[in-house]
Amino acid sequence: MAKIIVVTSGKGGVGKTTSTAALGAGLAMRGKKTVVIDFDVGLRNLDMIMGCERRVVFDFINVIQGEAKLHQALIKDRRLENLSILPTSQTRDKDALTREGVEKVLNELRNDFDYIICDSPAGIERGAHLAMYFADEAVVVTNPEVSSVRDSDRVLGLLSSKTRRAEKGEEPVKPHLLLTRYDPARVAKGDMMKVEDVLEILSIPLLGIIPESPTVLKASNIGTPVVFDKTSNAGAAYADAVSRLMGEQIEMRVLGPERRGFLQRLLWRTA
Amino acid sequence: MTLLSFFRRTPRVSSAQTAKERLQILLAHERQDRSGPDYLPLLQKEILEVIRKYIQVPGEKVEVKLQRGAEMSTLEIDIELPGAQTLNSKRAVPSPAFAR
Ligand SMILES: Nc1ncnc2c1ncn2[C@@H]1O[C@H](COP(=O)(O)OP(=O)(O)O)[C@@H](O)[C@H]1O
Ligand SMILES: [Mg+2]
Repeated sequence: MAKIIVVTSGKGGVGKTTSTAALGAGLAMRGKKTVVIDFDVGLRNLDMIMGCERRVVFDFINVIQGEAKLHQALIKDRRLENLSILPTSQTRDKDALTREGVEKVLNELRNDFDYIICDSPAGIERGAHLAMYFADEAVVVTNPEVSSVRDSDRVLGLLSSKTRRAEKGEEPVKPHLLLTRYDPARVAKGDMMKVEDVLEILSIPLLGIIPESPTVLKASNIGTPVVFDKTSNAGAAYADAVSRLMGEQIEMRVLGPERRGFLQRLLWRTA
Repeated sequence: MTLLSFFRRTPRVSSAQTAKERLQILLAHERQDRSGPDYLPLLQKEILEVIRKYIQVPGEKVEVKLQRGAEMSTLEIDIELPGAQTLNSKRAVPSPAFAR
């Protein structure tokens, strides 16, 4: 029976899709059968970040509307046999996503996977609501910046009131804080809030600290989740977060962006 | 760095510290606002409208709180009215109830 995890934030552009791809791929690398689902109807980004955009024939919305079977829409990753992607539609209206439809798809997936990761759209409207509604756990992606922290707080309120678990009076959705785009150098200068500051304000358990890193853009350029590059600090930080998501206790590291030394840079350029 | 700022060695509060303090104040309010059920803000607004038909209440001086208990829940309505003097002298909006 799969665990359903929503990757959410309220604010846009904080790293939800990047994190969904990295956590999904990371779990699959650790042998967990994982499916990542794109709930961002109309924008459809996850397939590009996962590098499978040219293999999309049917999507999540087709399945909900009964135009395709789930197995026709699921794309099996070519690098990791445990990983599947359920892309979303780019064109149709957002009302295509219905609670009954989402529930049916999730129930079907639940039997075949260990983890179902839902990539939420920004905002707190229908798509974001449905992405979190059936969740067992939530990864709240937050940047150390005022508007992102405020929106995360709002989302935490929604998780504890507007989800199936809340409405049924079951054990609440378990929240995890994933602090992304963290820049230790700016923190040291006092230009960016510290991990401890954000933790004190939001007071939920910390899943990981992902540094601001140029590797993230490079990874998205080539459609390879950043966790594949274990030598990069962002990749290593996501791998740590994956271990914690699986319940392992590992020490929290604050990694900086990759700063190559002068000699390394010289060699890099001539390479 | 200008010459002036070099000499003015007052301990500056970092912008990150300011961010944290602003968030703490703001979120304390926002959390309180959403701790009640959805209808509370509307209830508060309508109560204020009814009261304003009879008495002039300055600003938003009405507070509605719902406390849920296992045995009993209470709805607490706290309305701050102007002092007795201003109340009498004001000859507020004539209320239909008294217009016999
Ligand atoms: N740790 C990071 N370092 C640098 N850039 C990042 C990082 N995380 C995300 N980004 C960039 O931020 C942008 C938004 O990321 P994305 O995952 O699409 O956010 P969201 O899904 O929340 O809208 C992308 O351009 C992405 O490359
Ligand atoms: Mg996204």
